[in-house]
Parts: sequence; C-alpha cells; structure tokens
Amino acid sequence: MTEPIVIRKGRPGFDGAAITVRGAKKSFGKFEAIKSLDLEVKQGEFFALLGPNGAGKTTLISLLAGLARADAGELSILGFDVNKEYRQARRAVGVVPQELVFDPFFTVRETLRLQSGYFGIRPDPKWIDELLENLQLRDKADSNMRSLSGGMKRRVLVAQALVHRPAVLILDEPTAGVDVELRQTLWKFIRRLNDEGMTILLTTHYLEEAQTLCNRVAMMKAGQIIALDTTQNLLAHHSRPSLTLSLDQGKALPAALMARATSLPAGRFRLGLEDFAEVEQILASCRSEGLEIKELEVGQADLEEVFVRIMRDTPR
Amino acid sequence: MRGFTTLFGKEVLRFWKVSFQTLLAPLVSTLLYMLVFAQVLDSHAEIYSGVSYREFLVPGLAMMAMLQNSFSNTSSSLIQSKLTGNIVFILLPPLSPFEIFAAYVLAAMVRGFAVGACVWIASLIFFPHFPAHPFELLVFALLGNALAAVLGLLAGIWSEKFDQLAAFQNFLIVPLTFLAGVFYSIHSLPPLWRDISRFNPFLYMIDGFRHGFFGVSDIAPLESFVIVAGCAFALSWLSLSLLSRGWRLRN
Ligand SMILES: Nc1ncnc2c1ncn2[C@@H]1O[C@H](COP(=O)(O)OP(=O)(O)OP(=O)(O)O)[C@@H](O)[C@H]1O
Ligand SMILES: [Mg+2]
Repeated sequence: MTEPIVIRKGRPGFDGAAITVRGAKKSFGKFEAIKSLDLEVKQGEFFALLGPNGAGKTTLISLLAGLARADAGELSILGFDVNKEYRQARRAVGVVPQELVFDPFFTVRETLRLQSGYFGIRPDPKWIDELLENLQLRDKADSNMRSLSGGMKRRVLVAQALVHRPAVLILDEPTAGVDVELRQTLWKFIRRLNDEGMTILLTTHYLEEAQTLCNRVAMMKAGQIIALDTTQNLLAHHSRPSLTLSLDQGKALPAALMARATSLPAGRFRLGLEDFAEVEQILASCRSEGLEIKELEVGQADLEEVFVRIMRDTPR
Repeated sequence: MRGFTTLFGKEVLRFWKVSFQTLLAPLVSTLLYMLVFAQVLDSHAEIYSGVSYREFLVPGLAMMAMLQNSFSNTSSSLIQSKLTGNIVFILLPPLSPFEIFAAYVLAAMVRGFAVGACVWIASLIFFPHFPAHPFELLVFALLGNALAAVLGLLAGIWSEKFDQLAAFQNFLIVPLTFLAGVFYSIHSLPPLWRDISRFNPFLYMIDGFRHGFFGVSDIAPLESFVIVAGCAFALSWLSLSLLSRGWRLRN
C-alpha cells in the first residue's frame, strides 16, 4: 500500500494542457446542448465541472471521450485531437460514465481484464488487484456483475476507467449512490492518484466534495461556462458568511430581516452577512420584537452558496 | 492487435456461455425440419438426378441455420450493448472501426460455423455422405456467414429498439432465407417468381453451397461466388464507413 502508484504522467516533452476545448458546439436536433464552449484544464489539476441537471456536463464529457462528435470546435487530451488522433487521445483518458452500466455476462475481474485488453494492454494482475483493494472490491472480484449492488457497480466503473493507467481521469458523478464510508475511501484513492500526477476532472452535485478536493471550478449553465476560477477565489468573491437562526415553529423574523432571509425547514432562517459585526444588530432587532432565538449558527462561506448565487444571477 | 483479439474473444465467450441457446437450440430446430420435411416429402421426385429430397434439404438447412445464427450473433450483441449502455466499454477504448468490425463479424462467423458443423455431423444420421467439393463448400460457408454477420452488424447499428431489430429479422432476413431455395429448386418455380428470386443474394449462397455438396446446382457456382462476394464486400464497406462516422453509436 505504501508503494507509489505508477501512472502515466502525461506525454513526454508535452507541457500543454491536459484538456483543451476550443469553440466546441453540440446540438441535438434544434436544441443546443453546448454553445461554443472554451475550457482548459492544466496537467495535474483536480478540476470540478459543476452545473444543474441538463447544463451539458455529460455532453461535454462525451465529446472529450469520443462518445459523441462535436458539431464544431476542437477538443484535445494532452494535445491529441480527440477525432484525428483518437487512439492516443483515448489511451490518455479514463472515463467513469454517469450511467450505471455493466456487462452481465462477466465477473468483476473478467470485466477489468477485458477492459485492459480493449486498451491494447496485457491485463496487469498486480494493478488490477491494487484497484480492487483500493476500491474495496476484493471480496467481490469473482462475483458476477449482476450480483453487485449499485454502489459496487459504480466502483467497478471507476476501476475500469483506471485499468490502463490514464494520465487524465474524468469522473461523471462518481459518488452518486455510494455510501459515506466508501465515498471517503474513494476520494482518498483519487487524491493519491492526483498527488502522483494524474489530472482529474470531476462532476458532482455534492458541492462540498468539489470544495474540499478541487483546486479549480467551472460552473456550467445551459451549455455555457458562466464561472471559472480557483476554488479560493470563487469563495472569496462570491460568498459571504451567514447567520442561521432557529425560531419557534410558525414565528417569522422582523419584516426588514425577513426580506433578505432564506427560509429553511423547521423554523430556521438564513441571513447573508456583510461582516460579522452585523450579527449584533440582527439579534437586537429580534429581541426588540420579543422573538426567542432557540439556536444560532454562524456559517463560513461555502461553494454551495456560491453556486446558488451564480446560477441565480445568470440569466439563461 | 490486442484490442481486436480481446473483443473477438469476448464476443465468442458471450455466445459460448449461453451455448444451450446459441448452439444447441438451432441444432435441434434444424434437425426437426429435417425429420419432418424428409419424412413427409421424401416421396417427391428427385430434384437433381441421384439426389433424394432428403439429401437436397441438408445443405440448404445447414446454410440457413448458419446464416440465421451469424446474423443474430452480431445483431443481438450490438443491440443488447446499446440498450444496456455497456457499448461505452467498446467506444471508450482506442479500438479502430476496423477492429470493431472484424471482431464482431469473425466471432459471429465462428458461431455460424459451429452451428453448421453440428448440423452437418447430425445429418450424417439421416444419410451418410461426404461433400463433392469440400473447398468450394467452405468458401460459400465462409462468404455466407460473413455476409449474414455483416448484415447483423448493420441491423444492430441501425436499430434503436428491440422491435426494430425484430422487424429487420422477420421482414427481411427470414423471408430472404426461406425464399432462397432451401426447400425447393428455383427451377420448380413459375417464371416470374424465378426471375424475382434472382435478386435474392441468399439464393446464391445456398445454391453455391449446395454445389459444393453435390456438384450440381441451379446457377453456375462462379456466378454465385461473384455475386455473394460482391454483396459481402459492398456491405462490409458500408458498415465500415458507418462505424468510422460513428453513425447511431457516437451521438
Ligand atoms: N442524446 C440526446 N438527445 C437529445 N438531447 C440530449 C441528449 N443527450 C443530452 N441531451 C440534452 O442535453 C442537455 C444536457 O444534458 P447533459 O446530460 O449533458 O446534462 P448534465 O449537465 O450532465 O446533467 P446532469 O447533472 O443531470 O447529469 C439536456 O437538456 C439533455 O436533455
Ligand atoms: Mg450528467
């Protein structure tokens, strides 16, 4: 376990971006799923691609992985054009698809051996064992894929994406349906791969995952990137600390405060703060109306709030 | 090369793991045809001199079984992968269109040959015989299986649902095989139907194959060879170009 993981560190002598997208467009019939999109992910980054359902994240990943063809634009992995140099491009990338797919004819180990073969490499039993170990699939190695639970199937998809030791790993909602403990071990493993130099592109709806793992974040909406910055900058520029108050059920905040508050379940209200000194004024105004505050919590900025704000402030 | 051999091996394994259904079932149904038709119709006049109706049936039924099984191997494998979504496992790796094409088609041909060989061996029970021109027989079996496998590939690529594939099979493949002279010589048909039959490429596969068996046929074997090889080539070219464009697979 302490042995370093050997991955392909990219392309010798190439110091360009791991992922380059220039002017990519994709329509389904009349519907524009991707509208002239540019993106660059540098080698070694842990990059988050966020966006609401239907924003176009999976479509963009499909274009990068060669699962669909762009109508216009250029896409490359480590400088290899995904169409013209598809062999090199596909060898450089591992993709964990969003859909839970599997081949019911085979066991977990057979699946991984086949996937190695498709990539033109001899199955490496040591690496396959290491993947199974790290993804906690060891005791399922010889079970048929059909007999696995959803979360286990998801982990096999992660292992499949890694059999050829790609330089770039693309994860499309890898933690959907995976339990807490395994989510943590999965991230520990992916983080280690990233430390060894693997570039990671991640989409997820669990924003705290993106916040703790990713150094840069792109937010998509309706086929376009509407925000792109380091996680730190996004938090610093778009997020404020907040105050959450619990009142008795049915009670409301004073009207002036109510106007800027977000109602949460169970009689709770959240207020964004310009600075911490505001807390005192808010409490005073509640007290003057005789409201009893049952609980009080001052929250730090988080990516979820940034996300909600950016999505709200950007018209379609 | 390893990508191709892996995919080929997987496709062979796929039907091998369910050989009860993919090898044994077609064998049983073909033997039933032989039993029933041969019993009921053996009193019929000989079609070719020295060839009883029962003998006449064997190559046609063997070829029909091969064609249907090669077709169904490529088509059902592809449609299942498309519907379950596990086609991505083949679309993500650096497999070339030609590797994908060759792996699917060759694996289907292996199944076709396996079924054909079983049928032939079993037919020895009905009457002992040995093909007149084994090499010719093999060439037609090869081409026939290839053509049916490629058709199956095209049907699998084109279909987006099971019923579309079933339509392809029931309204195209089954009529073409049944009307290809499995049970009769086209010389026994009225002239109009004989002329129409001439447009059926399956006719030439079965007729050429039969020539390999008995050394007699309705059509000159060279003509059959040219037509069948031409069709196989044209359809292969079509499926390769569709695969290269990613038509209905990468979208
Ligand atoms: N094959 C297709 N045919 C037609 N429309 C499609 C197709 N694939 C995607 N779309 C549409 O493109 C848009 C983007 O879909 P996409 O799957 O990329 O979203 P997403 O950002 O991945 O969403 P989610 O978070 O739900 O996974 C959606 O409106 C979807 O309906
Ligand atoms: Mg998606």
